Order: sequence, then C-alpha cells, then structure tokens
Amino acid sequence: MDEKNIYLCRCENFTLKELHDLLDSGITSMEEIKRLSRGTMGPCQGKTCRDLIAKEIAIYLNKSMSEIDMPTYRAPVKPIKLGEIAGGDKNA
Amino acid sequence: MLHTEIAIIGGGPAGMCAAIAAANQGARVTLFDRGKRLGGQLVKQTHRFFGSEKEYAGIRGIDIAKILYEEIEKNKLIDVKLDTTVLAIYSDGVISYEEGKSYKRMTSEKTIIAAGAAEKMLLFENNDLPGVYGAGAVQTLMNEHGIVPGNNVLMIGAGNIGLIVSYQLMQAGVKVAAIIDAAPKVGGYLVHASKVRRLGVPILTSHTIKTALGNETVEGAVICEVDDKFNPIPNTDQTIDVDIICLAVGLSPQGELLRQTGCEVKYVPSLGGFVPLRDENLQTTTNGVYVAGDSAEVEEASSAMVEGTIAGLSAAEALGYGTNIVAIKEGFKNDLDVLRSGAVGEKIKSGLKLLSC
Repeated sequence: MDEKNIYLCRCENFTLKELHDLLDSGITSMEEIKRLSRGTMGPCQGKTCRDLIAKEIAIYLNKSMSEIDMPTYRAPVKPIKLGEIAGGDKNA
Repeated sequence: MLHTEIAIIGGGPAGMCAAIAAANQGARVTLFDRGKRLGGQLVKQTHRFFGSEKEYAGIRGIDIAKILYEEIEKNKLIDVKLDTTVLAIYSDGVISYEEGKSYKRMTSEKTIIAAGAAEKMLLFENNDLPGVYGAGAVQTLMNEHGIVPGNNVLMIGAGNIGLIVSYQLMQAGVKVAAIIDAAPKVGGYLVHASKVRRLGVPILTSHTIKTALGNETVEGAVICEVDDKFNPIPNTDQTIDVDIICLAVGLSPQGELLRQTGCEVKYVPSLGGFVPLRDENLQTTTNGVYVAGDSAEVEEASSAMVEGTIAGLSAAEALGYGTNIVAIKEGFKNDLDVLRSGAVGEKIKSGLKLLSC
C-alpha cells in the first residue's frame, strides 16, 4: 500500500507517509508532530484524526495510547469569525 | 453575564433526558444544541428501538425525540438554545458559545456534558476520495435531508450501525454490494444481520478494505481477507465496483469540552477511546461537571437516556432540589443494569469498572 495516499488528517492533508518520515527522522512527540504537520489543526480541530495519529505513533514506538503526549484541547472547539468575538458579548 | 443553574451541552437523548429530569425537580436548566432542532442522532433513527418499555422500546427514534421535545417545551424551567454551539469551558467556569451568529458567555452552577460522539475514520489508500462517507453522515443525508449518496455502496463494518444503515440504504433504493468486517464474526444483532442477508447482501467477515479506486470520485474498492491478527492475507484481493464507500467502524466520544474542564480520562478501547472517570452520579473528577451518553462511553440511545436522567437528577440534587432523589436514582441505576445485560453489556460494564472514581 502506498502510504502517501493514506490520509490521517483530511483537513490539513497530512498523510501516513509524512508521519512515518517524521518518526523516522527522530521526531516522536505528538506535540511537535502537530506543529510541524498541522495535523489536528484544521476546521474540525482533530475530531477525526487526533486518535488516528496518536495510534500510529503508539504503534511505531511500541507504546500504549495513554503514553502518547496528546495535545491539549484549546478553545474554541470550532472555528469562529473574529468579528463575532470582536462584536463582544452584549450581556457581559 | 448570563447565569443558569444547570447548563446541559448537547440536546440528544442524554441531554434531553437530563434537562427533563433536572427541571422536574425544580432546577433552572439551559439546554444547548448546535442543531436547528433537538433530538441529536434520534432524529435520523427511523427504526424501532429495542430495550424495555420504559426506554421507549418499539418506538422509532425520531418519534422518541418528538415525545421528549414535547415534554421539554411544556417545562418553563428549561431554556432551549438551538443553533448554538458551545465553544469552550474556561477554568473559571465561564461557558462561551456561538448562538446563531453572535458570541456569548454564561456561567452555571453545574454542567452536564452530553455532546455525543464522532465517527471514526479508517486508514486505507485514497481514503480522502469524494464518495468515502461515514455511515452516520449517510444516514443524515438520507433520513434528514432526503438525499441518496450514490447508487452502489460498500459498507465497512458489520456492527449495528453498518447493518441498519445498509438496510436503510436499500429502503431508499440504493444497492449495497457487500458489507465487510475485519472481525471474524458479525458484531451487530442477528436480527439486523438476517434482514440484510435475506435481501441478498453478502456479509464478508475477516475482510478489510485496502484501496479506494477512482480519480475524481470513488469508482470501486479493493478488499482482501485478513488473518486472526487483522493482517491482510496475500493473494486474496478482490475488486468491487461501487461508487460509495461507507465507514461504520465505530465512534469516538466527543471529549474536547470535558478535557477543557480538566477532568481525568482513561483510554478504554471497548468504550470508544479516551473516556472520563466518573462516580456513580456521573460526576467527573471536576467538581460540578457531569457526563452522560456517548460522551461518557459509546453505547446506544436507550442507555444514554437513562444516564442523562441520572446526571440530571444528581445535578439537581446537588443544588438542593427534590426529595427522595436517592431512591428515584436507584430505580434508574437498576434500569441501566438491565440494559447492560448480555454479551455487549458485559463488555461495557467491565470497561466502566476502570473508570469509577
């Protein structure tokens, strides 16, 4: 199977081949992989790919899922227009 | 800033039942849902439910949503916010949300997270081709919007969702070429499997998908047999002509908001992945934050409704409402036990044992 056509993160076009290249180059922290690949940082904010990426890292490192440094869940959980936030909360 | 006694995030079966239970004890509730109507996944469940009468067995999911909605509408203590997505829960307890096109904030005494689950994706070649769908997405398209996704479907996953959606596709006049599953036997109920088998759909166990074929959209799929360790067996490739590949390979609990509250989680594959620790009242390790339904553990709608009720009662009780709530809750806890009898229930129960706090 051609890993360059297997997508982990469809929002950011991050493939299994790109993940394995990063891992082979010695980068095994999910936090670093996220910053370098933008995987989990697209419109869906990792709803689909977060666990997929973590699982592939776990398999590569022969670790359990709980041992992977999963990135934190930042606010907001979905994209929102800046204008809406700038408009402010009328009841604040 | 706006303030409510109990904020409930998610208006599916768990959230709706939580709102009803809490408001019936006298608590003031705000129920958030991103959809234009309440019901969550119930709205697209056109089949009749199993389980016990108390959990609406024999009634179609969409009609259960209607019954719950009518009860919510009658209750003046429940404020429903539709077309509203909760964006964050901050460490000081402030909940921010997008209501229509405006950004707003609210505080609450207690929060119940009933945000449901997201569909799992599978890794295979060309898995980004248009025509690769989640089974839940196909159900939404067909049953909510009246749109068929294509003409000829390969269903991946022979659990209940894969079997039920296959049947519903056929009801809509779509051909289902095959249902495949990597497991050596069918995961869903026999009654659902028999129904599709009688209509001539082959269910191929110990099979997986290797490749989606096609340039612009799906034109076919290569499937193969797998051994008992789920590794592909050489020389078993088979090409199927389909224009839709439908994935029913499980759900992941929606954990973003829960995690923002700082609650502790554990990875329990049988419950869908990372799931929060909780006590018998469904309170997480974050004081005042409760969880119910698929966000707590991936199960099904009947148990989600009972969990929602228990979480709603517990939150109301913690605010000093109601009398005799302990006894009322005991009844619902027994209902959960009954729903969780049988082989599937045993798996859920042993998973849940790892999560008590």
